[in-house]
Amino acid sequence: MTASAATGGGEVMLKVDSISLSFGGVRAIQNVSFDIIKGEIRAIIGPNGAGKTSMLNVINGFYHPQEGSITFKGETRQDMRPYVAASQGIARTFQNVALFKGMSTLDNIMSGRVLKMNRSFFWHLLHYGPARDEEIEHRRFVEDIIDFLEIQHIRKTPVGQLPYGLQKRVELGRALAMQPDLLLLDEPMAGMNLEEKEDMSRFILDVNDQFGTTIALIEHDMGVVMDLSNRVVVLDYGAKIADGTPDEVKGNQDVIDAYLGVAH
Amino acid sequence: MFYREVGQFKSSYAADQSIFPILQDRLGVAAILAIAFVGIPLVGDAFFLNAVMIPFLIFALAAIGLNLLTGYAGQLSLGSGAFMGAGAYACYKLTTYFPDTNIIVLILLSGFAAAGIGIVFGLPSLRIKGFYLAIATLAAQFFLEWCFIRVSWLYNDNISGAIEVPTRKVFDIAIVGPTATPLTRYFVVLGIVVLLTWVASNIVRGRVGRSWMMVRDMDIAAELIGIKLLNTKLLAFAVSSFYCGVAGAMMVFLWLGAAEATSFSINVSFQVLFMTIIGGLGSLVGSFMGAAFIWVLPIFLRAAPGMFGVSINSATVEHLQFMIVGALIVVFLIVEPHGLARLWRIGKEKLRRWPFPY
Amino acid sequence: MEVLYNVLINPFVEMGSNPAFFIKVVWEGFVAGTLYALIALGFVLIFKASGVFNFAQGIMVVFAALTLVGFHALGIPAYVSLALAIGVMLVLAISVERLVLRPLVNQPDIILFMATIGLTYFLIGFGEFVFGGDPKVMISQELGLPRGIYRLDLPFGRVVIQKLDVAAAATAIILVAALAVFFSKTRIGRALRAVADDHQAALSVGISLNQIWVIVWFAAGIVALATGIMWSAKSDVSFALQIIALRALPVLILGGFTSVPGAIVGGLIIGVGEKVGELYWGSLVGGGIDSWLAFFIALVFLMFRPQGLFGEKIIERV
Repeated sequence: MTASAATGGGEVMLKVDSISLSFGGVRAIQNVSFDIIKGEIRAIIGPNGAGKTSMLNVINGFYHPQEGSITFKGETRQDMRPYVAASQGIARTFQNVALFKGMSTLDNIMSGRVLKMNRSFFWHLLHYGPARDEEIEHRRFVEDIIDFLEIQHIRKTPVGQLPYGLQKRVELGRALAMQPDLLLLDEPMAGMNLEEKEDMSRFILDVNDQFGTTIALIEHDMGVVMDLSNRVVVLDYGAKIADGTPDEVKGNQDVIDAYLGVAH
Repeated sequence: MFYREVGQFKSSYAADQSIFPILQDRLGVAAILAIAFVGIPLVGDAFFLNAVMIPFLIFALAAIGLNLLTGYAGQLSLGSGAFMGAGAYACYKLTTYFPDTNIIVLILLSGFAAAGIGIVFGLPSLRIKGFYLAIATLAAQFFLEWCFIRVSWLYNDNISGAIEVPTRKVFDIAIVGPTATPLTRYFVVLGIVVLLTWVASNIVRGRVGRSWMMVRDMDIAAELIGIKLLNTKLLAFAVSSFYCGVAGAMMVFLWLGAAEATSFSINVSFQVLFMTIIGGLGSLVGSFMGAAFIWVLPIFLRAAPGMFGVSINSATVEHLQFMIVGALIVVFLIVEPHGLARLWRIGKEKLRRWPFPY
Repeated sequence: MEVLYNVLINPFVEMGSNPAFFIKVVWEGFVAGTLYALIALGFVLIFKASGVFNFAQGIMVVFAALTLVGFHALGIPAYVSLALAIGVMLVLAISVERLVLRPLVNQPDIILFMATIGLTYFLIGFGEFVFGGDPKVMISQELGLPRGIYRLDLPFGRVVIQKLDVAAAATAIILVAALAVFFSKTRIGRALRAVADDHQAALSVGISLNQIWVIVWFAAGIVALATGIMWSAKSDVSFALQIIALRALPVLILGGFTSVPGAIVGGLIIGVGEKVGELYWGSLVGGGIDSWLAFFIALVFLMFRPQGLFGEKIIERV
């Protein structure tokens, strides 16, 4: 499985510049800069505690960095707000599945459409009419996603009852429902067996291929990283230690010392 | 074998989304409505309507209001009694200033007054969650109770501090006031409750209901998907208070005929909360079940000793009532935290397979 | 203009013109505050050790006092009644643990909270059933509680303080100090904190949840008994106390739900704030504002510091 999008060159979708983030005395991210090119799959790797999830949280607007700036689609901001990030086209999945446990698969994915649904509250009081038409229109869209992810059989099941692998797939569906320009995936393969990983990899590649979505991916499985991504950023203790194509990074001594280790 | 979905396929998304997708459910609801609109008026006497049906419907509506806020949107509120009072006093002032306006319209309008107050006391939900928010709603409860006593403008400076419902007519029939018959009042209450329940079911199955549930289940994720938390929560407070306000206005105008400050004390808030818990948080049907349970139980407790030939004085009955309700709350939370509604759903599941056990 | 003067200037003028009265008001607020703090202490104990917000703490205060008075009314000597009342609180703790907490272990906090509301109603009904609903007189004399007053002659006037109030404050301070030491220094105290953080994790390291919960509810019961004695020594035992106990909730907000010293500081702030507010500002709006003033103070506080003065800052992780 090799990635298909362009490597290097091309329009920059997201750029983070000199981001520093601390919690009290803990320095989570130290002066990290990198960019993500439109249409590519960018992997962010590193040992645990390196600041990878914190970086995604900064991009999302959940954490606010003390220093640095974020440039998304040409607009530079000191920090993001969650609503702005979402409405500008950034969607994400989470390390510990953050689904709405009280709702069904269908409702969870429909919840991703919330920004696109504009009918005012008063139409909802009647249900029949514009509110229902809008609901059906978005249902059609969501059903396409359900087909794409092959989860028709669990459409109405409350997500709390689903096995972990399927929950992750539903979460991907919810992110896709937002029709994002930039998709942030936080360890999407965690806890999966080989078959599930292959399925998930296929979905990620299809999303990148068919919809042209730019993807930033945190992942520990080096095989997945090497095969899927166009470029890789390596973080360690909050600092960037390497940035380049998978082959370049694989051979980088710092990366080997900090994270990869040597084959025995 | 009666309750099977086999053969009932939906060929459009619209059909899939209807409130009662299963034919048997639709028949059941039709039957219930028939009983409510036709059967009960034919069979029930004035006492039954006055002491059982009317308060049951009113409390069911209040329970729906609290359910929307606590069960669907996840914002715990201990102030429903005060919001009911807000609706009642608003209605009283409205009919004082506009004595010729249709009283039913005024009852619905007073819901908006309650909604406004609900929004004000919902503002803390921007920063506060969970128990802390419950305590903020207690602030609303105690403050509004104080207003009902001290702000004499609310009760038209009446010396006794109480309000009495004047006679109002619609199409020449007395709807409220001393001359309104229980039957008339019953139909008005039933009509309003059925209408508002239908509206509530529309709200919860669409985008708004979904956003509430998103905020309830994981508000951080909801925010990252693009939900504006404050707007969503305030809307929940507004709608919930509207329902409680209308229920409160109906309580005074269509049931009790009078009210004073203590009519909307914290005990009422707890009563509504218990109805919502026992009926099932997050279920509109549950609100009705819970209201029936909590309202009918004391009546039964009062009548039961007499039926068995044992006489217990009324104070003791009241104490026993508190004990039994309290114990039942705990039992329900242990056995089925999702309340009667879930038990009902499980029962229906079993009905699907009946008479086959597996 | 007049309104501004009345709200912002006049009350302070009144305070200054009669300092002896002001001191008295502050002292009374202080005393009420220690009683609020004691109720809050019971909440904190249970919350700190089991994560349960015990809505029934207020009714436990009333119930404990009623039990004490009830035993005495049967002719049992005062100190024996006291021992029996402590015994009843132990039985209560064991029953609650067995019947309410154990079946609900690992349920979300809101369910446990609602269970304690149910427990409250049950205890109200049970208390009224067993003891009757009319107010009773606390057996302060028989328990040896101090009577009489201290007279303080200060430069600007004479201030009169009840010895009983001083005793109440002293009791509160001793209880708080003992509990603070208990939590931070002893093995059981540490176990209690572990349980508050995570039931399952505590179980997995071998802490017996059941024992811990009985201990904690019993301790809260003793605090409730002490509070009940102190409070009703001043103004009789009645179920109205239960509603007043709800005012301990703003105390918890101010002090933080998990902080023992916070309960005291919060209690004092609320107690003094309420009394001063009612006496100097209350008359502007017809009085009786102490029914909600505490909640508003707490609400304003919450907007700026959601975890209270001493509570642990809540960090949300994704």
